[in-house]
Amino acid sequence: MNNIPNRQIICEVLMDKAKEDKDIVVLCSDSRGSASLTGFANTYPEQFVETGIAEQNLVSISAGLAKCGKKAFAASPACFLSTRSMEQCKVDVAYSNTNVKLIGISGGISYGALGMTHHSAQDIAALASIPNMRVYLPSDRFQTKALMEHLLEDEKPAYIRVGRNPVEDVYEEGNMPFKMNEATVVSEGKDVTIIACGELVRAAKDAAEELGKLGVSARVLDMYCVKPIDQTAVLKAAKETKAIVTIEEHSYGVDKA
Amino acid sequence: MENLKAKSFELRKDIWKMIYKAKTGHTGGDFSICDILVSLYYKHMNISPESTDHPNRDRFILSKGHSVEAYYSVLADRGFFPKEELETYSQYQSKYIGHPNNKINGIEMNSGSLGHGLPVAVGMALAGKMDKASYRVYTVMGDGELAEGSVWEGAMAAGHYKLDNLTAVVDRNRLQISGCTENVMSQDNQDARWGSFGWHVIHAAGNDLKALDEAFTQAKATKGKPTVIIADTIKGYGISFTENKAEWHHKVPTEAEFENGLKELEERRIAANE
Ligand SMILES: [Mg+2]
Repeated sequence: MNNIPNRQIICEVLMDKAKEDKDIVVLCSDSRGSASLTGFANTYPEQFVETGIAEQNLVSISAGLAKCGKKAFAASPACFLSTRSMEQCKVDVAYSNTNVKLIGISGGISYGALGMTHHSAQDIAALASIPNMRVYLPSDRFQTKALMEHLLEDEKPAYIRVGRNPVEDVYEEGNMPFKMNEATVVSEGKDVTIIACGELVRAAKDAAEELGKLGVSARVLDMYCVKPIDQTAVLKAAKETKAIVTIEEHSYGVDKA
Repeated sequence: MENLKAKSFELRKDIWKMIYKAKTGHTGGDFSICDILVSLYYKHMNISPESTDHPNRDRFILSKGHSVEAYYSVLADRGFFPKEELETYSQYQSKYIGHPNNKINGIEMNSGSLGHGLPVAVGMALAGKMDKASYRVYTVMGDGELAEGSVWEGAMAAGHYKLDNLTAVVDRNRLQISGCTENVMSQDNQDARWGSFGWHVIHAAGNDLKALDEAFTQAKATKGKPTVIIADTIKGYGISFTENKAEWHHKVPTEAEFENGLKELEERRIAANE
């Protein structure tokens, strides 16, 4: 049973890279604890910026730092980071094309009983609708690590959403196929394809196993790259399997009439 | 040294022509901040068209992005791009659109939505502190813009981090699109507001180049805190009939107005040179 949440892996990757790369700057909005970034703040105080509970400021300050050569990683609960700061994400990050990586933590319904204010079931739609903003939802700790290492190599904006709690591994140490912006085939199947992202990839994998017992062969695609989506993998699934089901921790705001 | 007062009237002529040709623009705010931009771009800022990527260049953000015609005129005149390119202002497929964008040489940040410039400038100033760099960061905001909450998030952080490499200018022309600022949302008592966030506050006559010169000099010498210059300006300054009139926020001159305005600007330019 894995007990390391993806947000903690993000901190580990950033701490590892910050040793050598002094341009890495992590920013939090009174969220260093919830983002598992206290270790970073304590080890690299000169590469850490606290903005207080001010998510719009968090994003704009990140953009300003990035514009002056820093690699800014802004971490805050996904609910506040994505929609409260949406305009800062749109104008100061995406439109101005600044090297800011927005880390939305405790996304989806991670906060459970804390209710609607803390749920983030709009963030994917909100941020994916912005031109020049990529959206990634890594599934497990191994993929989170690989994704972060790739994102550290580019200079473009991105939003990365992770959940709050540890998730069961989808992959294994040393056996984690990963190509940037390509869906990972978790399991092959010919009847139906389940496309999932983030924490629900593990659920999709489990579901495919159950389906297998019922005689249904289910393909599982880990679409961690929600934007740019891997169109080739989707088209291939449409051609080769009889149905596609997508699952994500997100809402489309459908209300009853 | 060049007569900067005459320069600011010369630039107003360019702005006036640009707006008349394109049939769009923000005359009032452009004319209001012309002297502020002239003071920064011809005297106080360490910038040059030859080194727009220099790590130690001063940074500028036009937070009140709608005053873009003034910004374009100054950048063109300082040689960041050929003046003729402004002929395309606001035309289909021109990059010289109605708000600043960083496809244009010399423009650092895209702006247009109010309340973004100061928080971004805070990030730039923080980076300067981290790198122990000598560059300074400047932003110009409108007084109507001060109603945006994000301005005060930025102000709070700048005070907290004691960003003495940051200077904000408020174009205090007391007008905004709907009328007098004091009727829309009261903006008096700026001293107490900025002072309480840990800023050094300077008042300056915002269409007076000597007063602006003194204010920017004082801001550079102020240590341990950021400085805000409350620049008391006249919206539409330069042509008698556009001055202090809310409707000139984005009114386009008629042919007669254009000719009369151009004549007055030229007269005032010549007078400034004498
Ligand atoms: Mg005003």
